[in-house]
Amino acid sequence: MPYKLLKFGFGREFNESRYFEDVQTPKKTYDVVIIGGGGHGLAAAYYLAKEHGITNVAVLERGYIGGGNTGRNTTIVRSNYLTPEGVKFYDASVKLFEGLSEELDLNMFYSTRGHFTLAHTDSSMRTMRWRAEVNKHVGVDSRVVGRDEIAKACPQMDLDCSGHAAIKGALYHNPGSVARHDAVAWGYARGAANLGVDIIQMTEVQDIDVRNGKVHGVQTSKGYISTGKVLSAVAGFTPRITKMVDIKTPITIHPLQACVTEPMKPWLDTIIVSGSLHVYVSQSSRGELVMGSSLDPYELHSTRSSFDFVEGLTSHIVDMFPFLSNVKVVRQWAGMADLTPDFAPIMGKTEIEGFYLDAGWGTWGFKATPISGKTMAATIANDKAHDLIHSFRLSRFEDYELTGEKGAASVGH
Amino acid sequence: MKLLKCPINGTRPISEFVYGGTYRDMPDHEIVTDSEWASYVHYRDNAPGLKKEWWYHGPSGTWFIAERNTLTDEVKDTYLFNKLVEQESVK
Ligand SMILES: Cc1cc2nc3c(=O)[nH]c(=O)nc-3n(C[C@H](O)[C@H](O)[C@H](O)COP(=O)(O)OP(=O)(O)OC[C@H]3O[C@@H](n4cnc5c(N)ncnc54)[C@H](O)[C@@H]3O)c2cc1C
Repeated sequence: MPYKLLKFGFGREFNESRYFEDVQTPKKTYDVVIIGGGGHGLAAAYYLAKEHGITNVAVLERGYIGGGNTGRNTTIVRSNYLTPEGVKFYDASVKLFEGLSEELDLNMFYSTRGHFTLAHTDSSMRTMRWRAEVNKHVGVDSRVVGRDEIAKACPQMDLDCSGHAAIKGALYHNPGSVARHDAVAWGYARGAANLGVDIIQMTEVQDIDVRNGKVHGVQTSKGYISTGKVLSAVAGFTPRITKMVDIKTPITIHPLQACVTEPMKPWLDTIIVSGSLHVYVSQSSRGELVMGSSLDPYELHSTRSSFDFVEGLTSHIVDMFPFLSNVKVVRQWAGMADLTPDFAPIMGKTEIEGFYLDAGWGTWGFKATPISGKTMAATIANDKAHDLIHSFRLSRFEDYELTGEKGAASVGH
Repeated sequence: MKLLKCPINGTRPISEFVYGGTYRDMPDHEIVTDSEWASYVHYRDNAPGLKKEWWYHGPSGTWFIAERNTLTDEVKDTYLFNKLVEQESVK
């Protein structure tokens, strides 16, 4: 439990101060400029200051911090991926998440629920076994379970899914968790600001000044800032930033939608994901069901939401939980997912000196927030890719060395 | 976008269509370099804007080209592939 909360609870005065100073005007020059005040950008700023003593850093955010995908996701944190490099990377992130409330002295509402990935066909059972073995090999708690164990953990579910997609088993991942996404952004922002980082909201990067293959500065809506190092951590905006520096990537942008129901008494303790039915669901601490589905079917750089999404999602949810047919959906929204062909991120150095990329987070990047911040900070400080992210480098596409993560992440979460 | 105009069958609900990706010219594989080929295979013109795209009308099996703004989701025009070929050869 964060000590500050305890002290606050016993105190007599409740004058909570601002999270961080609201810097309006950027300085003329910084050692590092981070584009994007989402979880990833803010975490990178925090670890740059904390672990590498680099504090002359600005985080520039075109809107408000955490207003991008960080504040729009369904907050599932897990590490039961398919490739050893993926499992190791996300496992390091889960470990950081477990200690994050203490580290940032802010309650992350990190709640370990257990995570079931349902298999409705023999071929998905095969993938679950494969994932379980890779996970165990790397030391991650993950195993294949039968219908009886699913029924015990979630007696409300119709295991035959109305008869047309009977569940055969599942991959069960005990460390699977949910967290409070806003707190992750605010906690890293405050931590970074306390160490001297400037967090400047309502400030858009409009161009990047590259001369002879080297970064010299950024043009922003609040004027020119000179810097030798720029980190782009803008998720769904990545193609607009890479266009400024003329770097090609395989990223495509598709909307990803989510919704919540009206609150109800707690009944769903675990996180349930079904790739075949394109749904995932957990119950928030407020009692709402937080639900998501697969990506929108075509490229679009927009956060509009659609009726097709709710219609499709709820029809599958009712297959699994017929008793929910009278429950109302009260809110829906979308984020812009930055997808890669191999469902792994793109992280590290680029062909431009001083331009670093943290992108390709698609439907899976919230869980990576702490570890991406830590590894990108190390990469920027040492101008050399951190060991954990070597296989996520942009040049893997030209080298035809793609990762094979597709089997574990294409469903989202 | 909730409706799309198939050049053969007229305006139909979007649920009848499948997106086929941005239209791209394939480089000549007899003369292309390794890096140009890798670029063709993997990289995309991915910044938002007006794009020529492949779309497929499922019920009738028609592939065609749509010019769509990927920022606003507005469709400027749809036509069959041979019109695109004619346009390109005029240029
Ligand atoms: C509906 C939905 C559900 C999801 N569910 C999960 C999940 O359950 N688990 C999981 O692990 N992941 C999930 N994800 C993915 C996850 O949300 C993202 O991958 C992650 O939050 C990306 O964080 P980020 O900090 O990189 O980007 P963001 O939080 O998007 O931050 C980028 C910021 O950059 C700013 N920006 C952009 N351009 C500029 C500019 N030119 N100048 C200044 N600022 C700029 C934006 O305003 C934005 O605030 C989900 C995503 C969505 C949309």
